[in-house]
Formats: sequence, structure tokens, C-alpha cells
Amino acid sequence: MQTAVRTMLPQAELASRAHFAPQARIVREIQPAISRGLPLNIRGLRKSFGDNEVLRGIDLHIPAGQFVAIVGKSGCGKSTLLRLIAGLEQITAGNISLSEEARPEDVRVMFQEPRLLPWARVLENVEVGLGRERASADAHGRAEKALGEVGLADKRNQWPSVLSGGQKQRVALARALVSSPRVLAFDEPLGALDALTRISMQRLLERVWRDQGFTAILVTHDVSEAVALADRVLVIEDGRIAQDVTISVPRPRERGSVELASLEGSILRHLLSGDERS
Amino acid sequence: MSLIDSASLPRSFRLPRVDGLIQWIVPLLIIAVWQLACATGFVPTRVLPAPSDVVLAGWKLLLSGELVRNIWVSFWRASIGFLIGGSIGFVFGLANGLSQLSSRLTDTTLQMVRNVPHLALIPLVILWFGIDESAKLFLVALGVFFPIYLNTLHGIRSVDPQLIEMGRIYGMTDGELFRRVIFPGALPSIFVGIRFALGIMWLTLIVAETIAASSGLGYMAMQAREFMLIDVVVLSILIYALLGKLADSASRVLERLTLSWHPAFQKR
Repeated sequence: MQTAVRTMLPQAELASRAHFAPQARIVREIQPAISRGLPLNIRGLRKSFGDNEVLRGIDLHIPAGQFVAIVGKSGCGKSTLLRLIAGLEQITAGNISLSEEARPEDVRVMFQEPRLLPWARVLENVEVGLGRERASADAHGRAEKALGEVGLADKRNQWPSVLSGGQKQRVALARALVSSPRVLAFDEPLGALDALTRISMQRLLERVWRDQGFTAILVTHDVSEAVALADRVLVIEDGRIAQDVTISVPRPRERGSVELASLEGSILRHLLSGDERS
Repeated sequence: MSLIDSASLPRSFRLPRVDGLIQWIVPLLIIAVWQLACATGFVPTRVLPAPSDVVLAGWKLLLSGELVRNIWVSFWRASIGFLIGGSIGFVFGLANGLSQLSSRLTDTTLQMVRNVPHLALIPLVILWFGIDESAKLFLVALGVFFPIYLNTLHGIRSVDPQLIEMGRIYGMTDGELFRRVIFPGALPSIFVGIRFALGIMWLTLIVAETIAASSGLGYMAMQAREFMLIDVVVLSILIYALLGKLADSASRVLERLTLSWHPAFQKR
């Protein structure tokens, strides 16, 4: 199953590329102008749980449509930062400002767990992502389109329990995409997947990000994943941004290339240097 | 792929039929041994009448209309009592599962009442209601209340909080969250409660009818004992077994229909 998905996916991509190459190029050329993403401004952000101060003053500007990866050791506060951006936790001090026109449907989160409703069929699960527009007449059509984007159109009437881990996560991605969000936050969405599924999921994430132009914020513990996907990698240490690395390697990026490996190496060295000192 | 499909097709057709028969092998075997033991005189008919005698007694009672009337009366009491007690238990389970205030207000009281064996109330209930219908309905409702209350409460409290968070993120209102996330999540547990309650329902009813009643299956068995009609006594006991099985099967069908998403109920 796993290998089937993997071998089928590139073929499908090739086919669609061959068919839609002219249009695709146009879309990509004018993308910066029509980028649907929202810029994000974070000023002096602090978050404490009781006496435990997890975030100690984060200042950050994310331009519209940027793909930002946040890495750090477990417990460094990277997931908390993401949950604050997504509005899942209360801010202790400071502020996060999105544009004023942002609606609740504009910010979506994808978690490490797929969090699908086991009692709803795949399509119905995707429709959940429409939020308040769930009752609209074109809900079905939009959900089916989103499901098609992640390559699971044929699974629309399945129960989630029969899907593989990677497929479930793709349904969760479709659910996050269906409302055409302008900011998409990923909380280690690929952490529970096996290595091969993971790579095909990374390609899928990159593709939908390029197609839809949302602002992407990816929390991950995998530095090579961060370097391969993001425009910019933030290293968080002790609740502060310790490093802000711009990844200017052109896309499509070749996995395992020397440039990516050296970037990964320098970030890892920085992350691990704290261990050696202590 | 097609190879696997064609191989699994005949098996999925054959399995349910074999399953349907296989569960009746043991009961039939017991009846056969029982008939044989009576026919050879190994068991005196004064102790245990042969199955054929029991069937004969059943046939006579069926013709006189007494059997149908008594079964109907018992069935009616059981269902009405179940509906009353079950609904109250369900409502309290929902309220206490969803509202902290309601839970603080009533849970302790309910837990105290739960620890009184409800059959111990029979003398009091007879004093209150006499041997009227209401006495039986009260006891059945009380017995059925607790398993449904406890399991509904447990089901609602154990709904995956990650799913609830997901529902909130995607902008579900409280009503929607209940309908789409909390209730379906609690349903498997509610069904466990229903199946427990069905068992308690029969137990309570039979005991109540045996002690104080003027109709019903329990009454029929007690009357038969008075007149030493052992075949009717055995008949009543067998009918309890069948009715219990029937109630259990009904709840299973309901489970299968509503929990088709659950891996345990998926026929592949």
C-alpha cells in the first residue's frame, strides 16, 4: 500500500504537470502579486503556564505567503507558539496581529494526529473544515475538490478507520484546505508517519502551498524537513528565537543536495551546542 | 487486487450463515441430552419434566390464551419501565456529563441511591403502590436507570478532548459540537449501558412479579408452583431465557446500525 501510494503519486504529478504546464507557469509567475496569504506580526509575545514561563518575548514578522519552519528541542515552546498563533491558548503578554479582515476560517491548524471524526465518512470529515459555511449549497463540491487535491477523491465514502496513517493525514490536510485558509499552521503533522509516506506528504504540502499561496507555519523536530520545505527556519531555544535562517535554495529542491545538507548541519550544530556546554 | 476480492467473496457469504447456526448447537445439544435423560428415567419427571412435556404444557397454555396474555403483560411492563427509567437515566447522564453544575448538584445523591440494591425496596414499594402495575414499573425503571445513567455519563466524559478541540477550531456551535462530536463519541458506551439495563430489566421484573403480582410470567410460574405444575415452571424459565436473548439481539441490531463506523462492527 505504502509503495503503491509512493509510486503513483509522482506519476500523477507528472501527468498533471504535462497537461497543465502552460497554465501552471502563468499562475506561478503572477503568484507574488495575488498571494492569498496573510502577514503575521508578533510583538513581545510571552506565555506562562503557572510559574513556568514557556515563551519569553518573541518578536517576529512573517510576510504574506512565506513558508516558515519552527524547530527546537522538545519543550522549547515551539508548539505553544503555534497554538497561540492559531488562537488555541490565551496570550499572557504581548500581541499577535493578523490583518483586520481575517475571518476565523482564514486560520487553520493541522495537528500531529489526524483528529478525524471516526463516525463520519471521509467527505463529511472534509466538510467539517468549511466552518460556518458548512451549510452552504456548494459544500459538497468544495469538499470533493479539496479531497481531489490531496489525491483521495476515490476514498470519499470510506470510514476513517480503514485508511492508512498517511491517508488519514491527507484527509486532515484536505479538511484544513477546504475553507481556502490564508494562514495554515502545522503542528508536527508528519511526526507519526513512516519515512517514505513522510517524504510524499512533504511534497504534497509543498505543492498545495505553492498552488494556494497561504502563509505556512510548520512546527517540526525534523531539521531536514524544515530545510527542505521552508523559506525560513526559526530555531527556538528557551522560549526565544535563537536563530533566524533564510533558506534561499531555489525550488524544486533536490532532497539530499549539498546545500540543504550543509544548512541542516549548521542548524543541528547550533541546536546541539547547548547540550555540550551543559 | 482482483484475486483477493474473488477469494474473499464466497467466504463473506458463507460466514454469517454458519455463525447463525453455530450458536444454537449447544442449546440444542442440551435439550437433546435432557430429553434422553428423562426418556430413559435417569431423571424422574417429578424433578424435571422432559422437554416434550414442557412443549406440551406450552401448547396447552397457548391454546387457552393464558401464555400470550402473560407474556404480553410482562413485555409491556418491561418496555414501559425501561423507557421511563432509561430516559431519565439518559437525561441525567447527558446533563451531568455536559454541565459541571448539574454534576455537582446531583451526582453524589445518585451515587448514594445507586448503592441501595433496588430489589431491597420491594417491601416499601408494595406499601406505597400495592401490587399494582405502578409498583412493577417503578422497580424496573429504578433498576434500568443506573446502568444507563452511568454509561451515558462515562461515554460523554471520555470523548476524545482532541476531537472536541478540533470541533471548536472549525467553528462548531455548542449544538453542533454535541450532535457531531460528543453524542456519536458517547454512543458505544451508551449501548453498553443499554445492554446492561436490558439484563437488569428482566431480572427486576421477574422478581417483582414472583413476589407480588396478579398476572405476568413471574405470576404464572408462582401459580404453577402452588399447583405442582413443574412443567409450567420450567416453561416460564425457558421463556425468560428466550426473551432475554431476544432483547440482547435487538440491542445488537441497533448497535450494528448506528455504529457502522466502528472498526468492531465493520463487515469486511
